[in-house]
Amino acid sequence: MAVLEDVTSPPATGLRPRGVSRRERWSRRLPLLPALIYTIIVTQVPFLVTLWYSFQSYFWNEPGGAHWTGVSNYKEVFTDPNFRSALVRSVTMTAIAVIVAMLLGVALAVLLDKKFLGRSIVRTLIITPFLVMPAAAALVWAGPMLDPSFGLINWLLEPFGVNHVAWLTTHAYGSVIVVMIWQWTPFMTLIVLAGLQGQAQDTLEAAKVDGANAWATFRELTLPHLRPYIELGVLLGSIYLVTAFDQVRLMTNGGPGTTTTTLPFYLYQKVNYAFDIGGAAAAGVVTVVLTIIVASFALRLFASVFQFEEAK
Amino acid sequence: MTAVADASAQAPVQARRRSRRAREISGQAGWAVLGWVVGIAFFIPILWMVLTAFKPESAAETWPPKFTFSPTLAEFRLVFSGFGPFIEHSAIATIGSTVLVIVLALPAAYALSIHPVKGWRDSLFFFISTKMLPVVAAIGPLYVIALKAHLLDSIWLLIILYAAMNLPLAIWMIRSFMLEVPSEMLEAARLDGAGRIREITEVIMPVVSPGLVSTALICVIFAWNELFLALNLTVTNAATMPMFLISSVPQEGLYIAHLSAAATVASVPVIIVGWIAQRSLVRGLSMGAIK
Repeated sequence: MAVLEDVTSPPATGLRPRGVSRRERWSRRLPLLPALIYTIIVTQVPFLVTLWYSFQSYFWNEPGGAHWTGVSNYKEVFTDPNFRSALVRSVTMTAIAVIVAMLLGVALAVLLDKKFLGRSIVRTLIITPFLVMPAAAALVWAGPMLDPSFGLINWLLEPFGVNHVAWLTTHAYGSVIVVMIWQWTPFMTLIVLAGLQGQAQDTLEAAKVDGANAWATFRELTLPHLRPYIELGVLLGSIYLVTAFDQVRLMTNGGPGTTTTTLPFYLYQKVNYAFDIGGAAAAGVVTVVLTIIVASFALRLFASVFQFEEAK
Repeated sequence: MTAVADASAQAPVQARRRSRRAREISGQAGWAVLGWVVGIAFFIPILWMVLTAFKPESAAETWPPKFTFSPTLAEFRLVFSGFGPFIEHSAIATIGSTVLVIVLALPAAYALSIHPVKGWRDSLFFFISTKMLPVVAAIGPLYVIALKAHLLDSIWLLIILYAAMNLPLAIWMIRSFMLEVPSEMLEAARLDGAGRIREITEVIMPVVSPGLVSTALICVIFAWNELFLALNLTVTNAATMPMFLISSVPQEGLYIAHLSAAATVASVPVIIVGWIAQRSLVRGLSMGAIK
């Protein structure tokens, strides 16, 4: 039975940290330290270095190394229309992909919650897109699926009047999003399905006896029950999708023009093609600041999701 | 007389029951049809990838697409002859980082659940918050750090970074398994005079070890599939399977069958791992929040 657990609630061992000796406190802390120190060094130090380089002019292909330039990198970032549009594109792409994947996920979860012949096989088929290596998915969609002259999609859509569409040049933005949705719908489905299976059957039975129709039951009982699951799915999906890079790099390479250049791809270009460490660092710092603002809301949401079971 | 009345009263009940049963069955059939159609629709790109992988190159780029052809292993043979170093790097980075993750996460999860440290909640949220910091933002400086530490294009760099990438997930997930250890069992072990070591080996590990396996499997999936860091920080000495895929797309000439074979070979290990870990997939993806 699937239940949303309050995993941040205190453990029920009765061994609270309060009133323990100094020695005991250190012996408790000891097992945590390796992971804590490791995480601080590997994940925080690069950001401090990023902050440092954001005030330096440093092109790694040129001799001479880095030198201090003050805030000129930041001036450049804020006046670069490509940065702004990449930022907006990242946000809109993520939002569209997450919302559509969640809507499909809810529908598929309701479907998979019904009993039918071969349900577990269908479930396996549906989760598989999530497991396919994103690079493989991107390349298979770009080639065998979406190619204008021999792609399977054009063949499937031919009866509907679609004639050899070059999806990746005429509908690049949509195509990248479709692949994101294809890969992330299974994730949403699994989370929502867990929510559905954790729903108490007797309330649903009672609603049925009271003569409530299926839609009213879903809207009044099931959806409120699913809310924390949906929030969790949206939050985690956004964390992963906002940094999605593989689809953009391998399907459209940010193009045509800059129509699919997302923030990760913008930064990738700055480092790999412009060799501009300072500029990339400044853009990175701006990204991190924005992320911290969004993440502080997200973390609060996260905490409230995990409080959910306590209220019951 | 009463018997007759009973029988006549029962008949409509039976009929109703039968019709409900019939409705249930036809309803089930309806869901089955819909379910299978949707399931297959989602699976089509994968099916097409695998099918194309068995085509000779000339049959892969045709209009209309060919569904009947004489299957060949030629492209797979070509993939197998070329992927050696890539799959080796992927395997080392994946297994190495996963071992490191478990070694670090297991004691950390213990310190955040069984005998919690002061401020365990803050630690827990610190770990999850690192998941929200986009590593892409630090990619330039990361490149410079790796360059100066002589770790550029080294498999060690990928092991270190993938471990940091999966560590929060593993700590949260393993902690959720540790919270399931019944407190009576811990209590009983303590009354028996068991020390920390015996408590861990005899009480906690037996309960947690299936959870460790599924945690490891999920870390394997994420590490195996990672492209961004590998692409930015490795060239040849540590290039992984996703980069092999990129190299299987040439500048010119027919390549669709070859690409499909490479994509199939690269994806299948993780697809199988994911199918095995299917039941605990949700738990891992939700950081242990959903059982």
